[in-house]
Amino acid sequence: MLFNTIVMETKTQTTTKTSQEKITHISGAEAVVKCLLAEGVDLLYGYPGGAIMPIYDELYKYQDQLQHVLTRHEQGATHSAQGYARVTGKVGVAMATSGPGATNLVTGIADAQIDSTPMVCITGQVGKHLLGTDAFQETDIVGISTPVTKWNYQITEASEIPEVLAKAFYIARSGRPGPVLIDITKNAQFDTFDFEYKKCTSIRSYKAVPDVDEERLLAAAELVNTAKKPLIVFGQGVILGEAEAEFKALIEKTGIPAAWTILGLSAIPSKHPLNVGMVGMHGNYGPNKLTNECDLLIAIGMRFDDRVTGDLSRYAKQAKVIHFDIDPAEIDKNVKTDVAVLGDSKETLAKILPLVHENSHESWLQEFRDFDAIEFDKVIKDELYPTEGGITMGEVLKEINQVTKGKAVIVSDVGQHQMFACRYAEFKQSKSNITSGGLGTMGFALPAAIGAKMGAPEREVIAIIGDGGYQMTIQELGTIFQTKAAVKIVVLNNEFLGMVRQWQQLFFDKRYASTEMTNPDFVTIAKGYHIDAQRVKKRENLTAAIEEMIASKDSYFLEVCVEKENNVFPMIPTGASVSDIRLS
Amino acid sequence: MNTENKSYTISIYTENNLGLLNRVSAIFLKRHINIESLTTSQSEIENVNRFVIVAAMTEHQAYKIVGQLEKQIEVIKAYAHTDEETIYQETALFKVASDSLFDERQIQNIIKDSHANIVTVSREFFVIEKTGRRHETEQLYQDLKPYKLMQFVRSGRISVTKEQMNISKMLAAF
Repeated sequence: MLFNTIVMETKTQTTTKTSQEKITHISGAEAVVKCLLAEGVDLLYGYPGGAIMPIYDELYKYQDQLQHVLTRHEQGATHSAQGYARVTGKVGVAMATSGPGATNLVTGIADAQIDSTPMVCITGQVGKHLLGTDAFQETDIVGISTPVTKWNYQITEASEIPEVLAKAFYIARSGRPGPVLIDITKNAQFDTFDFEYKKCTSIRSYKAVPDVDEERLLAAAELVNTAKKPLIVFGQGVILGEAEAEFKALIEKTGIPAAWTILGLSAIPSKHPLNVGMVGMHGNYGPNKLTNECDLLIAIGMRFDDRVTGDLSRYAKQAKVIHFDIDPAEIDKNVKTDVAVLGDSKETLAKILPLVHENSHESWLQEFRDFDAIEFDKVIKDELYPTEGGITMGEVLKEINQVTKGKAVIVSDVGQHQMFACRYAEFKQSKSNITSGGLGTMGFALPAAIGAKMGAPEREVIAIIGDGGYQMTIQELGTIFQTKAAVKIVVLNNEFLGMVRQWQQLFFDKRYASTEMTNPDFVTIAKGYHIDAQRVKKRENLTAAIEEMIASKDSYFLEVCVEKENNVFPMIPTGASVSDIRLS
Repeated sequence: MNTENKSYTISIYTENNLGLLNRVSAIFLKRHINIESLTTSQSEIENVNRFVIVAAMTEHQAYKIVGQLEKQIEVIKAYAHTDEETIYQETALFKVASDSLFDERQIQNIIKDSHANIVTVSREFFVIEKTGRRHETEQLYQDLKPYKLMQFVRSGRISVTKEQMNISKMLAAF
């Protein structure tokens, strides 16, 4: 440590400006670390390599202020940063070297872009004099990441670092959040300059939050007040805008049933009487059916993804549409709106509240309950309370709900288990459902759960993963072992890529092309990382196993061998209308 | 919704930053829209660039493209205009072997009638410049084709709109 102190002292010469501002003469690499600290970052994920070594050298010196978590693959670093961002609402940070390190970030960046997750990625790059020479580990990561970043930039001079990083954090977190990539050439990390940090608060070509148009609020309120069968469909915009309280106040005052997209899940408690469930392909029967019955569709912070709407030409055609969103480009993108209310959900929902009348829509709500009864009878009963056959994915979720009392953060991967997790997991608190929605990235959950646990160490974090997705980022068990992150891992093993198999069964005459998995002994693998583990095959052992897992203070791995060829229902087949939703 | 493909002139005011061309073209690529012509230059405002892109698309696509362009951090404002809403020109250069100028009397009439300019003349070749609408440069191309046309090149469209742009006001409001 003495050696480090000496290095720092010789490098850091402080000069004082006429004002109180301190300017220090430091290296670009040290400046990067100081920028991160100035932005309130105390945790980041990454993987070192040649072109980013100067920054890692500074991370070593600043390790008491800034924790770096070494993931086992750069993709894991991005997903961990995403998990951290989703659970905290803060900007997640991931770091990688040039070339393969940088390209391995791309999946996570694309995932963050489509799910509007605030993230800053920092990549090392070959020295400026080597750019364009096909140098060792040189790759055009700025070119590669352009279509999947909210913004990106290549720094080639140390003096650019403070301003560009300040912009990066401002852009990542403001407006509709998203990923930003900053590529820093090695010379810019080594060179020294006079460091001074100013936070970015505006960019002249970028309007983060549109101004709220009061007339549109009035027009929207008028539609709300006259609607007989209004339906709210809300997405992650409510969570990103931290507008949960405003949203709850709005639905409670107006008595309007509210359905959610998978990224909107957990914004209001699962058991709220106006929570009518999930919309979309594997959503609930009522909200999908009644989308084509409502007279007013109020979309809040959602983007009419095709998995939500089914066939657009048969989607809510009878209804007037109000769309609340922060992103003007979402208005009329997929569904034509009658009234668009632009702005931050926290502001727009608070402003419309005094304009809407107190109301209740009892007979309309009853229609949802009637559909719920049908869905319970035809689908949910057998899924949650099976009396024969293998364990179902749904009953695992039901048992988890009982043990955690709906207080856990549930991080799901992609596939059948994800749909079961979103359909059946119960939530009491916002920012508790973390899943890869738009991109559908298998391998997301394990590293994202690590980030979520570190972002909310006081909460129970449970990763629900299929046997396919688990093996895409299984190496992150190493990160769990090293950091002692107390993540609970549940693998629902059906020895199939279940969702693809379901489609093969339903639409490809059961030709199970490359969906059957010969799996390793997952329990042995977990134990290899010194993680407590057990496997459950029988229904009678399930509750005890889940209780043991939750009781554990450390990380725990639970493999549940589930029925191999179960399907997720209800289902809206591709190209069908939401009201053509199938129960079997 | 109108699903008919039309020619749109997309005008984009941007910061003058490296890599923005890539970001702009990626938005067209992602939607499988072929760019017919693209020019970029300084605009009437210092340090603000202007892209002029011509592409065929539906009205709804044009609306969405403008939305996606404006979403980019360094894009100040984007517009989609039909041909009727803009004043536009293209420039074409024709390199012709000099002997045809002397051997073929007709070529002199073609140049005169088309109101084209001779930019340079050398022993081996001469270069004609013609600015105008597409059909005018196209006509000249057809007329000159029989006379040892050595090279031909046409610029992308440049255009100004009939309506006001108010970019300076917008910049002040950010």
